[in-house]
Amino acid sequence: MPILEGQDVTKYFGGLAAVSHVDFYVDRGEIVGLIGPNGAGKTTLFNLISAALPISAGEIRFKEQKLNGLKPHQICKKGVSRTFQETKVFGNMSVLQNVLVGAFFGSPNRVSGADAAREATQAVDFVGLPAMSATPIQDLTLVNQKRVEVARALATRPELLLLDELMAGLNSTEVSEAMELVTRIRDTGITIFMVEHVMKAIMGICERIMVLHHGEKIAEGTPREIAANKKVIEIYLGEETYAGS
Amino acid sequence: MGFLVLLLVFLATFPLYGGVYHVRVLIAVLTFVILAASWAMFSGSTGYMSLAPAAFFGLGIYTMCVLEKELPFLIIIVIGGLVAFAFALLVGLVTLRLKGMYFAIFTFGLVVFMSELINYLEVALRGTHGWHITPLGNTTIFYTMLILAVVTVLAIYFIRRSRLGLAMNSIGGNEDAAEHMGINTTRVKVLTFAISSMFMGAAGVITAPIWIYVNANIAFSTYYSFMPILMAVFGGMGYLYGPIIGAVVFAYLERIVRNEFPDYFMIGFGIILVVVILFLPNGLVGLIQKLQKVGLISKLLNRGKEEQHANT
Repeated sequence: MPILEGQDVTKYFGGLAAVSHVDFYVDRGEIVGLIGPNGAGKTTLFNLISAALPISAGEIRFKEQKLNGLKPHQICKKGVSRTFQETKVFGNMSVLQNVLVGAFFGSPNRVSGADAAREATQAVDFVGLPAMSATPIQDLTLVNQKRVEVARALATRPELLLLDELMAGLNSTEVSEAMELVTRIRDTGITIFMVEHVMKAIMGICERIMVLHHGEKIAEGTPREIAANKKVIEIYLGEETYAGS
Repeated sequence: MGFLVLLLVFLATFPLYGGVYHVRVLIAVLTFVILAASWAMFSGSTGYMSLAPAAFFGLGIYTMCVLEKELPFLIIIVIGGLVAFAFALLVGLVTLRLKGMYFAIFTFGLVVFMSELINYLEVALRGTHGWHITPLGNTTIFYTMLILAVVTVLAIYFIRRSRLGLAMNSIGGNEDAAEHMGINTTRVKVLTFAISSMFMGAAGVITAPIWIYVNANIAFSTYYSFMPILMAVFGGMGYLYGPIIGAVVFAYLERIVRNEFPDYFMIGFGIILVVVILFLPNGLVGLIQKLQKVGLISKLLNRGKEEQHANT
């Protein structure tokens, strides 16, 4: 049984269908990648799942419960957490305080101060930033701010984690570290759905990949299948390769 | 801690030796401490700039006008707080979905609207403008205001340290992210807006009997919106002590300097404010903390000691 399921998911901005009749599913324990050219509707789809945007038509279910009509804070409490393409950290706080917010408010039950502090410290350690926990978040590099976002999302104790372009702008060592981090998160039992442009990462760690183009799903399959898919090569990989050479 | 106790003892015994004039100055100082601190509790941490302190303060004044002859003073204070709380809940539910400038403009309009509305209602229902109030003694007003100020500052201290405080700060940091981390941001904003307004309303009740006559233009004067905000910004609205220090310095100076230099004092305040906003974004308290970080203060103190040493 899939942990997350979407049926006929559609989002209109005015007359434009940013996401159009997309069916998708994510199984428990999987790492699923979502790719597509700029403007394909990837982040919009994430925004529909996390309820940052209201859905125009269709249905999204998490653990067989309908998410339609819920608010972002309710979805977080149900066990779906996310990071943002453009980092959205609490600029007025330290690293640990950022993560504490997730620990305090992210779970459906009331969390005691001691539990929240322990949870937050663990999450900061997990993403490899224990030395910076008292640092004001503004003083961190973008790479590390993204890690704090991951820690903050983990502190909410999610079952499903949505990662929106975690690796954009990282160098190749940092990409490898981030890949290792994502695999470690999955190994703790958290299912991962990720939007990514870095092909090395997507091909390396995803078990399954979905491709969006102009808001429609044009392909789905294992990394090997996607890499061999003519349509995908034409509209996406081809363009990338061309741009890269 | 010792300093706080001394300060409280000083304040509690002040009417015994302070003289009428200074007691009244201190009442004004305490009033602005309440207004500035409760304004900063909400607006300073969530980033939603409310220009409405005067609306809730005036509501408190009018609660006193209407109930003065019906109920004991202390009960009216509680009612005034609750009326402001309830009104802020209502206003907050409608307007706290507005972001940035729109919220500020709405709250500013609210003050003007309240005074117009009450002017109209008074004429329609009673046929007169304003109310005559039986004045209460300075000492009574002073002590009630002092107790309210202590209660307000203590409440804000605990709220800032609580999870509600963390939630408010995260809304100020990034509201989208706060919402996605499980915070019901609408509820937090509306609730804390109402709590901060409650203190303003209660302060209004206590202020009313200083005057003999009150009307809507006096009670809902934008002066009571702008002064507390300027004081909080001046002192540093991100800290608990910032607005308090700002209110003490500003309100005291205003009373004293206005008497001495009635023509120049507003110009002086204007210049100070511009300088603070341009160069001290975290206010006086921010400046002091920055100096402490650099070690300038301790250096200066040490040098002072060394010189003393050399002289002896």
